[in-house]
Amino acid sequence: MNRLPLFIPFALCLALGAFLFFSLGKDPLDLPSALVGEPFPEFVLEELHEPERQVSTEDFDGQVLLVNVWATWCFACRIEHPWLNSLAKDGVVIVGLNYKDHRKLAQDWLQERGDPYQFSIFDPRGILGIDLGVYGAPETYLVDAEGVIRHRRVGVVDERVWNEEFRELYQQLVDEANDQ
Amino acid sequence: MIAEYGHVALIIALCLSIAQAIVPMAGSFAGYRTWMRLGHSLALGQLVFVAISFACLTTAFVQDDFSLQYVADNSNTLLPTQFKISAVWGAHEGSLLLWALILAVWSAAVALFSSHLPLVLSSRVLSVLGAISVGFGLFILLTSNPFARILPFSPTEGGDLNPLLQDFGLIVHPPMLYMGYVGFSVAFAFAVAALIGGQFDSAWARWARPWINSAWVFLTIGITLGSWWAYYELGWGGWWFWDPVENASLMPWLVGTALVHSISVTEKRGAFRSWTLLLAILAFSLSLLGTFLVRSGVLTSVHAFANDPERGVFILAFLGLVVGSSLLLFALRGPVVQRQQGDTEAVSYSGLSREMMLLLNNVLLISAMAMILIGTLYPLIADVLDLGKISVGPPYFNFFFVPMSLGLMVAMGFAVFSRWKKTDANMLLQKGMVPFLISLSAALILPLFLAESISWETYSMTAVITLGASFWVVTMSLEDLWQKLDRGSSKAASNVSSRLKSLTKLPGSYWGMQVAHIGIAVCALGVGLSSVYDVQKDVRMVPGDRVEVAGYEFTFDNLSFVQGPNFGASRAQISAYKNDRLVAVLHPEKRKYEARNQVMTEAALDAGLTRDLYVSLGEPLKGDAWAIRLHVKPFVRCIWLGGLMIGLGGLLSVMDKRYRRRRKPSTQSGTEATAL
Repeated sequence: MNRLPLFIPFALCLALGAFLFFSLGKDPLDLPSALVGEPFPEFVLEELHEPERQVSTEDFDGQVLLVNVWATWCFACRIEHPWLNSLAKDGVVIVGLNYKDHRKLAQDWLQERGDPYQFSIFDPRGILGIDLGVYGAPETYLVDAEGVIRHRRVGVVDERVWNEEFRELYQQLVDEANDQ
Repeated sequence: MIAEYGHVALIIALCLSIAQAIVPMAGSFAGYRTWMRLGHSLALGQLVFVAISFACLTTAFVQDDFSLQYVADNSNTLLPTQFKISAVWGAHEGSLLLWALILAVWSAAVALFSSHLPLVLSSRVLSVLGAISVGFGLFILLTSNPFARILPFSPTEGGDLNPLLQDFGLIVHPPMLYMGYVGFSVAFAFAVAALIGGQFDSAWARWARPWINSAWVFLTIGITLGSWWAYYELGWGGWWFWDPVENASLMPWLVGTALVHSISVTEKRGAFRSWTLLLAILAFSLSLLGTFLVRSGVLTSVHAFANDPERGVFILAFLGLVVGSSLLLFALRGPVVQRQQGDTEAVSYSGLSREMMLLLNNVLLISAMAMILIGTLYPLIADVLDLGKISVGPPYFNFFFVPMSLGLMVAMGFAVFSRWKKTDANMLLQKGMVPFLISLSAALILPLFLAESISWETYSMTAVITLGASFWVVTMSLEDLWQKLDRGSSKAASNVSSRLKSLTKLPGSYWGMQVAHIGIAVCALGVGLSSVYDVQKDVRMVPGDRVEVAGYEFTFDNLSFVQGPNFGASRAQISAYKNDRLVAVLHPEKRKYEARNQVMTEAALDAGLTRDLYVSLGEPLKGDAWAIRLHVKPFVRCIWLGGLMIGLGGLLSVMDKRYRRRRKPSTQSGTEATAL
């Protein structure tokens, strides 16, 4: 009898295994967010450095800002971090969303690498992450003065991505906000 | 100290499982009976030590030992004791320990109840189970140790269990689900042992069948409980979200369902051999894949706990080893299994027969599984291949799954009447006539009365199809039952008491099939009707307001503040009236859990067979107004009632006397020599 068909499941399994392995190594996905054009989801969570302080969308304070999802277990976040530091130095307002992490580790991480965030939302269970539809870290959301999400980037934001996807829109939103 | 005992017990259990993986297997090849028998004692020993380890972790939770990282992350002094216990499996590390415990329970059960099996077979089965347990033992100890300490500065208070999980549903849902997942490891071990030994016949199928059926029963009940939990605890009124984690439990269930059917062909007719083996391997592989998807962090879901790529690599390697090696074994040994000693003639069956019906069942179930697998993994695969970024949502799943389920139900009606080898098509059509007319009229007429008003706008085609398919399955099943009873009573066909007497003579597996099939119909009825006639209103209400939803009047009586053990809550009192008669008083809550400052919606519901009233509190608005969501969900309860019936059907089949009666002959036929 022909034995080849019996190897089909094995071959399929190998192929699937390869996919899963590559997806482990990759940055999580760049999914077009259904939330672009929608208000940033409501949340009430602790601040990373000050556990007794509750932060919410009110703390966005009508500023045009970036919300950056990060975690200490996320390798790509390390690559991204220096660029966020330099953006913050240039006056871009960035809010951190510390995602599924341990508080102590996250604080040490920022101490070591510099803290570009105006404040960091501490979300150890990924509650806000689910509302946002976070697919993995890092992710960055551009929020306008009205608190509406205008752009989403899944994966690292570096100088190239900033110039291609964010710079123009960000400037435009800031100008609009200043006009009012 | 207790935590260290637990840690040591876990290490001892790992050592025992290493021995269990090697010694009986080696013995089975060398022919040393003492080595083979050792597997049984090792399995029991392993259970003892994993149980000790589990008890130690539970003790650490009950005693609030926050020097353990895992306890500190997932418990709190204010947490009620029953939730401290269920918090043991509330997150990653502990749920893996539960996995290991349940695997040990299944292994020990195999060791205890396999005395009628040939020793070569049972020792190999235990060896394979031992090998799986080595994998999990290493995984826990190397990457996810629940006994890791935070020293020297341990916190004085814990972070509390996720409020979503502080619920009765979480106490029972994961253990049930894991019993099902892990139970398929026994089916897997039986399949691998058969492949190694090359002995795979009706006797094998009869031995493996109760194990496969019981695992399937646990998985069925686990999924049903999970869906019920999501319904009342997540506060959205949904009961299935096509979330990756839900898909991960549905895929092994679909394959398991196919397996439950295909193994009956293997047992009764000796056919579908390689296919049954492949399904047994596949069911367990998908259980492991589910674990990988949940634990590795490649997908985000409602249920995902701590995600960690390192764990992902470990599980993937383990998954690859288990699935890859077993499928390779299948490819190499498959031909040996197909050519059995004693098979003089090939098993034959015609184009219309029970065999073909069950094949159709398998094809549909496996296609459904494949499309869920593709939908779940598509975002990953597309990303690796750079095909663009697409997320797959409920529309995709419903598009494929609903027609396939309907196809299954139509076939199910006929299948009950089909005969082995060859079935007369005219007979089937003849039998189907009356049920067809009953279902058709029910399907056309009933939607008129279910809708709010009799008009074309409210007349729903979905309801027609759902009712038609469900009535079809039920009436066909009942007709078959009636005729079986007819045959049981010798002469007086109209004599009701003699028919009732013959009820008891039908075998358990027949009753199991009937109950499970009717359960499918009940479940489908719930799914279809609740989706069509569900009415939902989001309203702004102040105390004293009255709102009408689908014939019910809801009044917002008052709002109070209540203090729970570890939360404070705003609790509304909402009364529901129908025709000015009070039918229910509901108390939905908005809870704030202190330890995490997390806000939770606790929906209130009034359950009934024909409708649920479901009320949840949204956000407080200006003044004393609240956003309130009011639902009337007709027949939603049938979904879980049907699920439980399916499980009960499986249970009846497990208890079929046939599997115990044949114990004696099988010990004789199963001599060790034939298996080698």
